Amino acid sequence: MFEIFGIPSQALFGQLLIGLINGSFYALLSLGLAVIFGMLNIINFAHGAQYMMGAFAAFFLLNYAGLNYWFALVLVPFMVGAFGVVIERLFLQRLYKLDHLYGLLLTFGLALIIEGVFRNNFGSSGLPYRVPPTLQGGQNLGFMFLPNYRAWVIVASLLVCISTWYVIERTRLGANLRAATENPTLVRAFGINVPRMITLTYGFGVALAAFAGVMAAPIYNVSPQMGSHLIIVVFAVVVIGGMGSILGAIVTGFGLGVIEGLTKVFFPEASNTVIFIIMAIVLLIRPAGLFGRRA
Amino acid sequence: MTTAATPVTAPAAQTSSRSVVAAFVVMVVLLLIAPVFIYPLFLMKALCFALFACAFNLLLGYVGLLSFGHALYFGWASYVSAYAAKAWGFNPEFAILAGALTATVLGLIAGSLAIRRQGIYFAMITLALAQMMYFFAVQAPFTGGEDGIQAVPRGYLFGFINLNDPVNMYGLVLAIFLAGFLMIYRIIHSPFGEVLKAIRENETRAISLGYKTERYKLVAFVLSAGFAGLAGGTKAIVFQLASLTDVDWPMSGEVVLMALVGGLGTVFGPVVGAVVVVAMQNYLAQAGQWVLVIQGVIFVACVLLFRRGIVGELANRLRIKL
Repeated sequence: MFEIFGIPSQALFGQLLIGLINGSFYALLSLGLAVIFGMLNIINFAHGAQYMMGAFAAFFLLNYAGLNYWFALVLVPFMVGAFGVVIERLFLQRLYKLDHLYGLLLTFGLALIIEGVFRNNFGSSGLPYRVPPTLQGGQNLGFMFLPNYRAWVIVASLLVCISTWYVIERTRLGANLRAATENPTLVRAFGINVPRMITLTYGFGVALAAFAGVMAAPIYNVSPQMGSHLIIVVFAVVVIGGMGSILGAIVTGFGLGVIEGLTKVFFPEASNTVIFIIMAIVLLIRPAGLFGRRA
Repeated sequence: MTTAATPVTAPAAQTSSRSVVAAFVVMVVLLLIAPVFIYPLFLMKALCFALFACAFNLLLGYVGLLSFGHALYFGWASYVSAYAAKAWGFNPEFAILAGALTATVLGLIAGSLAIRRQGIYFAMITLALAQMMYFFAVQAPFTGGEDGIQAVPRGYLFGFINLNDPVNMYGLVLAIFLAGFLMIYRIIHSPFGEVLKAIRENETRAISLGYKTERYKLVAFVLSAGFAGLAGGTKAIVFQLASLTDVDWPMSGEVVLMALVGGLGTVFGPVVGAVVVVAMQNYLAQAGQWVLVIQGVIFVACVLLFRRGIVGELANRLRIKL
């Protein structure tokens, strides 16, 4: 045990770790929002609800189908992603010719429906989800205790974020995607099925949210409100980072998580609001966001 | 990006405003006789929310700015009015004014930040700022945290009209609502309002015509926040309560729903929408969380099938302006 700025190292690194964990979720969710926004020009208000669905799906798989965490981690993104595909086909595709605000309003309505249905069936209190046996316990690093599961969450979300960045920025598929974002008509003329690409992009963004939900299940309780509280913070993260850059979304997500964690150590009263305050400052200095391009 | 998208509301047909006058007279008469048949507290709630929705519609319906954080102005005005009436012993009229003034100042601060970004970002920023002030309300000592400010005295209007008498209270709420409604109507139909509509239709063109659109947007935002505050302050006096519900994000969603159901960019739409939504909440109070689901379904249905809203649809059928 030693002290840094008068704070015991355990407390400081503990909050730093929590910050990194929260940052992982901010990064995964804002990445999903950015991917969806890039292709559909829609802000997916249902993102938080879909994250919550991911956590619940993992809970159901464990308790009703006997499938453990690792199966959930693979299956749930596909399940909730498929749900996203249905939503895009049924609803969102009717809105592309309208003002973008309608997309926000529609997905807000969907978020209310999803959250309401889950609250009716499971109440407002959380349901527990155990840490998978292989990741129980932790490492004593001398200056702090590092639970294995938390280390796994940080590593896994970093991996997923970087793979997503790689696919979008460095592969042929990603090149098509970026081209379709810039000029869908031209890309269609090259014989690429853009509507299908849009549908799958939405499905992928939703799957990312569900993946985050599965990873969150053992850390936070599985509860119907877990998404709606998070999504507003993620919106602020997106405003700070700007949605123009994939890497920007990842860096901003993790960075803000860490800042929030440190605020909890040094100035706990502001820990709920620090991200919003940073958003206000960024808007004053760089209105387009840290990584954004001026529209 | 914005050129291909159709504006939020179609430009209204420029027929004579006689239909508006007639509708206004009908509304006033209905509101005057309604307390005989309908529980006054329900009516007062509906009127407060109707003014709130009109204030919101001023922004979305006439400038095309979607604020997803209007609970901030409504809720904080409600807190300030309640606190002023209870702790400082303000007369109700001054308590309500203090609330409205607070909301105006908050609107100036939040608005000058939010107008720095357009479209979807504007909505996200207003929502995030509102959430920030929600957390302040949770932590600040004077808001009473989870309990809110309870047992706010209604007091005596101008020092001699007892507001504990439901007739007097209803009269005050009706007067405030009608004053707010008429002022908003006046703003919309002034030269200033015409510029707002020009910004809604095509901001780039408005800029090229020499209008400093940011200033117009900010003034509209501040006005909207002020009227939302007027509604919130009145609500605090009527219900003798200010609580976290008033500043939380579902409240911001509800006011969007009211304006959307009634008809964006129509004069009477928000009033009808507020009555519908408040009535729905009252009758479905036992249904618990299903209210959330039903609101969600209405949102989806309105966006997909019914974008004009009730009044917009009616005006379109009858080919009049409402």
